[in-house]
Amino acid sequence: MVLQALKDNGVKHMFGYPGGAVLPIYDELHQQDDIEHILVRHEQGAGHMAEGYARSTGKPGVVLVTSGPGATNVVTALQDALMDSIPIVCLTGQVPTSLIGSDAFQECDTVGITRPCTKHNWLVKDVNQLSRVIHEAFRVATTGRPGPVVVDIPKDVQFATGIYTPPSPVIEQKSYQPKLSGDLDKIREAIELMAAAKRPIIYSGGGVVNSGREASQLLRELVDLTGYPITSTLMGLGAYPASGKNWMGMLGMHGTYEANMAMHDCDVMVCIGARFDDRITGRLDAFSPNSKKIHIDIDPSSINKNVRTDIGILGDIGHVLEDMVRLWRASKKTDRSQLAGWWSQIEKWRARNSLAYPHNKDVIMPQYAVQRLYGLTKDRDTYITTEVGQHQMWAAQFYGFEEPNRWMTSGGLGTMGYGFPAAIGVQVAHRDSLVIDIAGDASIQMCIQEMSCAVQYQLPVKIFILNNQYMGMVRQWQQLLHGNRLSHSYTESMPDFVKLAEAYGGVGIRCDKPADLDDAITKMIDTPGPVIFDCRVAALANCFPMIPSGKAHNEMLLPDEATDEAVANAIDAKGRALV
Amino acid sequence: MNAQHQPTGSAYFMAAETARPETHTLSVLVDNEPGVLARVIGLFSGRGYNIESLTVSETEHEAHLSRITIVTTATPNVLEQVKAQLERIIPVHRVVDLTVRSAELGHEKPLERELALVKVTGTADNRVEALRLADAFRAQVIDANTEHFIFEITGRVSKIEQFIAIMKPLGLVEICRTGIAAMNRGPQGM
Repeated sequence: MVLQALKDNGVKHMFGYPGGAVLPIYDELHQQDDIEHILVRHEQGAGHMAEGYARSTGKPGVVLVTSGPGATNVVTALQDALMDSIPIVCLTGQVPTSLIGSDAFQECDTVGITRPCTKHNWLVKDVNQLSRVIHEAFRVATTGRPGPVVVDIPKDVQFATGIYTPPSPVIEQKSYQPKLSGDLDKIREAIELMAAAKRPIIYSGGGVVNSGREASQLLRELVDLTGYPITSTLMGLGAYPASGKNWMGMLGMHGTYEANMAMHDCDVMVCIGARFDDRITGRLDAFSPNSKKIHIDIDPSSINKNVRTDIGILGDIGHVLEDMVRLWRASKKTDRSQLAGWWSQIEKWRARNSLAYPHNKDVIMPQYAVQRLYGLTKDRDTYITTEVGQHQMWAAQFYGFEEPNRWMTSGGLGTMGYGFPAAIGVQVAHRDSLVIDIAGDASIQMCIQEMSCAVQYQLPVKIFILNNQYMGMVRQWQQLLHGNRLSHSYTESMPDFVKLAEAYGGVGIRCDKPADLDDAITKMIDTPGPVIFDCRVAALANCFPMIPSGKAHNEMLLPDEATDEAVANAIDAKGRALV
Repeated sequence: MNAQHQPTGSAYFMAAETARPETHTLSVLVDNEPGVLARVIGLFSGRGYNIESLTVSETEHEAHLSRITIVTTATPNVLEQVKAQLERIIPVHRVVDLTVRSAELGHEKPLERELALVKVTGTADNRVEALRLADAFRAQVIDANTEHFIFEITGRVSKIEQFIAIMKPLGLVEICRTGIAAMNRGPQGM
């Protein structure tokens, strides 16, 4: 019944790991060919694979794990999906209903543990409710603001026979009815405000990507029509192309100088599918102090949460942008001269070249490595995932994304170990594409066991490690906040990544000279199977520009100003308590 | 720097809260299904909101709907967040801020009542005094023998607080309170 319900919801692939309490479902899986099951090596990997799969296709990712440790291991991935609004349907086995509450073997309170880290969850005790709950789970996961859901199924319910009901077009769940179209009066009001702006900015986020390809298309149209500069959050990269003429680069803690200065000095801010996260706003009471703010979001709790907005438009980004573009076309014409002063100011900021870094002939600079990777892969059908840390920020700064759904990263939760399994998930959905996990030497070791999975299913994922032997971002913060006392951020014993790749049955490549880098990357791309690329980079490079904790957008630390002394004094005592 | 002067919380930067906290009563209509109360309470504890009083019971049996009445104190911005976050919970049908609604209707505040059971033991004068005061508060005696009374009292929170305070020196041994039930005046529904 479970598999029938999954098929009826369009599921083609699932990621999982068997165990006592899900054996009946695995037995059914064995006797069919419609759904391909990918066997992971750790349940966290299954969760991240489903996230990568979902993020790159727009379809929900499906996970199947057993009770107890199976369920608890997937919790990190569920919270990650919750914070980044990724649709995941996770089926967990549970001990038989008669044993629930008796501390049975591999029992845990799965719905209790996953309640705060899912959009919703269910424990199904009656087989006749099973199909309805699974259909509802798919609806909840994929509609509104997407997110993870858990369906916990006791083993006796898996064995039981009951009545199957196919998905119904009539929605039974009355209490959950997400709103799609925005209020037209508010959209008109927003357009009036925008038309009068002299220093406008569009700040877009992951909501645009989640809303579907059309939303990204409409965003591009809106930018073209209005002539406004645009910046984006980490999660929103690719919705507007990095080569677009109005693109200012990412904003926030490690965003570009021009993007952050423009956010600070703008008079009208149009926030589209982003949530004013603390990595974006910096010091809240100094955040864009003189602007009117328009916020479009599908989640009512996002509006006015961190930053008070002047016009909040509740609705799906695609629907709202469609109305916005239509109304703008009908009534407004952008007077480009009105924005000329603003653009010339932006050009001045851009001229600061905030992403500059010192070039080196002997040692590979991590920024250079990402630039070369971009140069050699940009004309291919490429998907990029990352782990979390300095390499993630360098990837966001130096890899240009032209299309949505091509960039998978753990933004909200910041989960080290996300990138590699996510890349496997992407590769499962796009077998012929080039999928690269830009990784750090520390992060990659958190889910490295999935090499075994990649080799088993011939998934030719490329792991590009920027290896500096440090937990680079941790070290950078210790330099900024803790007097350069590098407590436990140096990895004294690093595995030989080339041998590690070979041990798993993959291919390992090492490169430590800038002159050899291009050939090595080309070799990586041309290798048919999974590759671990150990790129030895400058050990002490740091990630700039940066807004230090407790500072405002216009108090950025730029690379050419980041002397040792400036770094040591960047954060005052008050900022030190912040994360 | 003294640690207690440092900003708390895990956020990157929290602006000092200058707005004054207000006490509001919320009515939340939910599907009566397993775990729904845990979802509501978990939201409050997880996001650091406070609950001063909470009352739950199924109110519409056919539709399996329960009504949760929550009294909470927060700044207006946070109250708005509490409402929005409650509305995100899947089995939540409606959230009404009764305090805001009563102001819109032109009333001072919503009608709020609480029921308490109060057990008092004592002899001689204390016993007579307890009975006399209970009568003045319109409290009913629902159980008694020669050593004790159990009073049932209904009314506004302030009345119940006062009654309990008065009973304390007269041999108060046990209190049970229901928490607040509330609705707005007038013919309109929730």
